[in-house]
This record gives sequence, C-alpha cells and structure tokens, in this order.
Amino acid sequence: MEPRSTRVVLAVWSTLVILFLWIPLALIVLYAFNKSNVQSWPIPAFTTHWFHAAWTSEVQTSLELSLKVGAIATGIAIVLGSAAAFGVARFRFFGREAVSFLLVLPIALPGIVTGIALSSAFETVHIDLSVWTIVTGHATFCVVIVYNNVLARLRRTSPSLIEASQDLGADGLQTFRFVVWPVLSTALVAGGLLAFALSFDEVIVTTFTAGSQNTIPLLILGYIRLGQQLPVVNVIACAMITLTVIPVLLAQRLMRDTGVLRRGAGNVTEAVESAQVTAV
Amino acid sequence: MAASLDAAQGLSHRPPGRPVRAARLRLSGLFWRHPWAKALLLLAPPLLAFILVYAASLVALFVSSFWTVDPFTSELKHVWNVDNYKTLWQAGAYHSIALRTIGIAAAVTLADAVLAFPLGYFMGRIAGGRSRAFIFVAVLLPLWSSYLVRVYIWRLILDDKGILNWTLQKVGLPAANIGYSNWAVWLIFTYVWLPFMILPVYGALERIPESYLEASRDLGAGNWTTFRRVVLPLALPGVVAGSIFTFSLTLGDYVTPLLAGGASSQFIGNVVYDSIGSQQTPFAAAFAAVPLAVMGVYLLLARKLGAFEAL
Repeated sequence: MEPRSTRVVLAVWSTLVILFLWIPLALIVLYAFNKSNVQSWPIPAFTTHWFHAAWTSEVQTSLELSLKVGAIATGIAIVLGSAAAFGVARFRFFGREAVSFLLVLPIALPGIVTGIALSSAFETVHIDLSVWTIVTGHATFCVVIVYNNVLARLRRTSPSLIEASQDLGADGLQTFRFVVWPVLSTALVAGGLLAFALSFDEVIVTTFTAGSQNTIPLLILGYIRLGQQLPVVNVIACAMITLTVIPVLLAQRLMRDTGVLRRGAGNVTEAVESAQVTAV
Repeated sequence: MAASLDAAQGLSHRPPGRPVRAARLRLSGLFWRHPWAKALLLLAPPLLAFILVYAASLVALFVSSFWTVDPFTSELKHVWNVDNYKTLWQAGAYHSIALRTIGIAAAVTLADAVLAFPLGYFMGRIAGGRSRAFIFVAVLLPLWSSYLVRVYIWRLILDDKGILNWTLQKVGLPAANIGYSNWAVWLIFTYVWLPFMILPVYGALERIPESYLEASRDLGAGNWTTFRRVVLPLALPGVVAGSIFTFSLTLGDYVTPLLAGGASSQFIGNVVYDSIGSQQTPFAAAFAAVPLAVMGVYLLLARKLGAFEAL
C-alpha cells in the first residue's frame, strides 16, 4: 500500500487532469448560449436564439450527408470487419498477422496519407467525387473498429462451444443463431456505434474525398477558418459534444456485457483493449 | 439468454423442411471438412476490398512521389526521378518544418506521459471499482468527442480576449497571449491526445501484480526503489504504447496548426495539404513519406521496448 501522502497527491493530480479534460467541454456548452457574435470571455449575455437560428438549409444538407455517409460506411464496416474478424479468430494460416496489419493501416497511418492516396487514386481512374467516395474513405478506417471489437469478443469466447453445438446436431446456421450470435451481437452493435461516431466526426480523409460537398465537420471547419457564422458553430459544437455521450456510453455498456459465454474475466479490460486499438 | 431460449423452442415447434435441413447440414459438413473454404469465404471480401482500394492507392501514391508535374500544363509526367526528395533535402525551409513537426510531436508525447502517469497509477492501483469506472468514462468520453470541436474551443480559450487571459488577469498575473502560436499548437495537441496516453498507461499499471510490490518490499526496497526498479520498468511498455498514438497523431495532423497555429506553425501536414491544393501531388507524396519513415523507425524502437504487448 502506498503511503497516505502519495495517495492524496495522486488523487489531487488525477482530479486536476480530469478537470483539464472536461472544462473545455463545459465551456463549449456555455458558448452555445452566447448572445454576442463575438466569442470572448466573460460571455456578456445568454440566449437560446442560436439553437433555432442554427437550423439553416446548409446545416440540414450537411447533416443529411453526414448521416448518410455514416450509416453506409458503418454498414460496410460491419460486414467486412466481422467477416475478417471471424477469419482471423478461427483459422491459423500463413500471413494472419499481415491481415491485421493491413486492416489497422488506415488508422495507424496519418489521415492525410489515406486522404491524398484515395483522392489521387480516384482522380487517376476518373471517379468523380461523390457520396460514394466519402463512404469509401470512411469505410477504410471504420472496418478496423468493428474488426477489433468482434475479434476481442471472439477471443474471449471458447471455440469448444461451437464444437459442442455441432456435436449436438446443429447445422452451421443454427450454431450461428443460437451460440455465436448471442455472444457476438453486443460487440457488433458497440463496434457499429463507435464506427458511426468516428465517421460522423472525421475531417481529414473527408477533406480529400468530398469535393464540393460538406459534411458537418467540413462545414464547421470552413466556418471556423473564415471566422463566419461562429454562433452556429458553437451550437453545432455543443450538439456534437452532448450527442457523443450517447453512442459512447451505450457502446461502453455493451462492451462490458461480454455475453453469456465468457472466457477469462475483465469487463474494463476488453473495453480498454478495443478503445485503444480503435482509437488511433 | 431468455430470448434465445424462447427462440430455440420456437424453432423446435416449426422445424425447417427435411430437404432444407439436410442441405444445410451437408453444407455445414462441407465447411467442417474443408475449413480453408470457409476461411476463404470470410477473408476474401475484406481483403480484396482493402488490397484493391486502399493498398493499391497507397502504392500508387508512393510511386507518384518519383514523378513530376509539368509546370505549364500541370499534367503528371511519368518520368522516374528523385527531384521531389532532392527538393526536400536541399531546401532549408522544409528542414525546419520537419524539425518543428517532430519536435512538437515529441514535446506533446512528453507532456501527455507526465500528465497521464499519475492518473493511470491512481486509476489502476488506488481507486476502487466505482471511482475507477467513473474515471474510465471520464477519459473515454473526451477521447470520442469531436476532435474539431475540441480544437475550436481551445481557440476561444487561448484567444487574447479568452478565458485564459481573463483568469490570469483576475489572479493578478500578466496575460499569456499564447493564441495562434506554437505554444497553442503544443497545448492543444497535448489536450486532444491525452486520453490515448492515459488508457494504455492505466492498462499497464493495472496489470502489475500486487505480489511483485510486496516481494520488493520484503527484499528491503523502499517505496522509491520499488517504484523505480519494479513499477517503472513494468509500466514502460504502456507509456511507449501511448506514445505511439500521441506521437504519430501529432506527426500527421494539419488541422490544429491550421486553426490554432501562427504564421510559423506550419507542420508537414500543412505543406502536404497546400501542395495538393496547388496540384503538386508528387511533391505532397514525397513529403508525406517523411512522417511515415519517422513512424517506421519509431515503431521498430517501440517493438524493442515491448510496447506491442501492451497495446
């Protein structure tokens, strides 16, 4: 046991670091109610006016695009990511590490590299930038999120359960429905939520694959650079910060629930593992 | 669980038709006897998609860094040369940009390690279950909240008329005025990537068995010696794992210097971004290879220090 003084110092330090993380997030919520067009401190007066005023057609179009891209990219990520996770978890083959390496690459490499690689590839093969080019860019880094979540879950599930199911006469589909799916579903949903959150927030790859279209992050990036519409930026920022809470807390809960069949303990451990690899 | 039991009973009430069931069993048997077929079926779609779209684009980009752009028609000329790399090597401006990028990335990593280590220690070894879970969520939420929003709010905080200067003035200190400078860039990166350092450091510290520390004390080591000789070496892979994130994410970024930096805060990413804007893709590709090479060396070092086991 550490001496009492050490524990107190560590507790104080931890509190300060948590405050450092959270004070800016609290400030953005305050600024959303700033009546003035000038974003200075202290905030002169408060209003809810901007929440209404921020619902412009530009914002609506961007939101629609962001949601669409996020949904499609997440769908692709769920299919490809879980297929790859099953393949890697269940089979031993030459180049297995290479598969993981390839899938992790889009989040391990700087986003700008992925962005310029894809944009120059699209240009070379004469593909015009559209919703689908954004989706392609997002899907490349969303796949690994689902992949990591599903892989972590499969590694914690004993393969003998599947053998048992087969010994008891179940065919592949039944084994999947009644043995694999109950264990897997929460990891899949968690991975999907996080992939969607990542896609919804992505700036760099999107910059190079969007052309003249604006997703929500691109729209506010443009506003911030030009110093325009800052009250609208504040409102969107506030909404984005408060809305992240939902998928993340939900995913967090789902990851903790490792399903009925678990091997080894540790709820936080699994969450840490997937958060870390995920979060590059 | 209850739901799936109900469903199972439901299935036994309505068994699939005999031929269907037989076909399904035959198919399952086939996959059981030929596992490679199943593996192929699972792995081919994601791998093909990744190789054809992603890996091919990356290779094409790397290849294009050895080409040039015709200055008049701005068409890509497929003539093999190393002019882009020569320009990078010879022009002093690019040296200072590369050094600034790497230097700030290192400073960010150091600051994050200093901030994260005591928190990770508290989380992993002192806090009880409930407060540990609370801190975990308190670290995880900022990690997932919008990067752009977090950079933006720091612009407001560090602005001359922002809350930082206001607070300093209230307590009677001189104004900091660090908005739009390299200090701002460093501080913001430190803030934005901090959770990426906290999580692996916490993971590494939590895994150290209490018995190791007891053994160290039984052998006569004081608190400080135990920390230095037992805790620190075991936690190092976690710190290095975190540093991979903080270092590489800073190295490849251009949005924070763009939004919060000053006239002399250009990063490698900004030059790459501008070169793309002016149709200089080959040069952009060549400069983008610099952070990749730096990360390659860093990852090799990290592997030596055992960081990958801590990931």
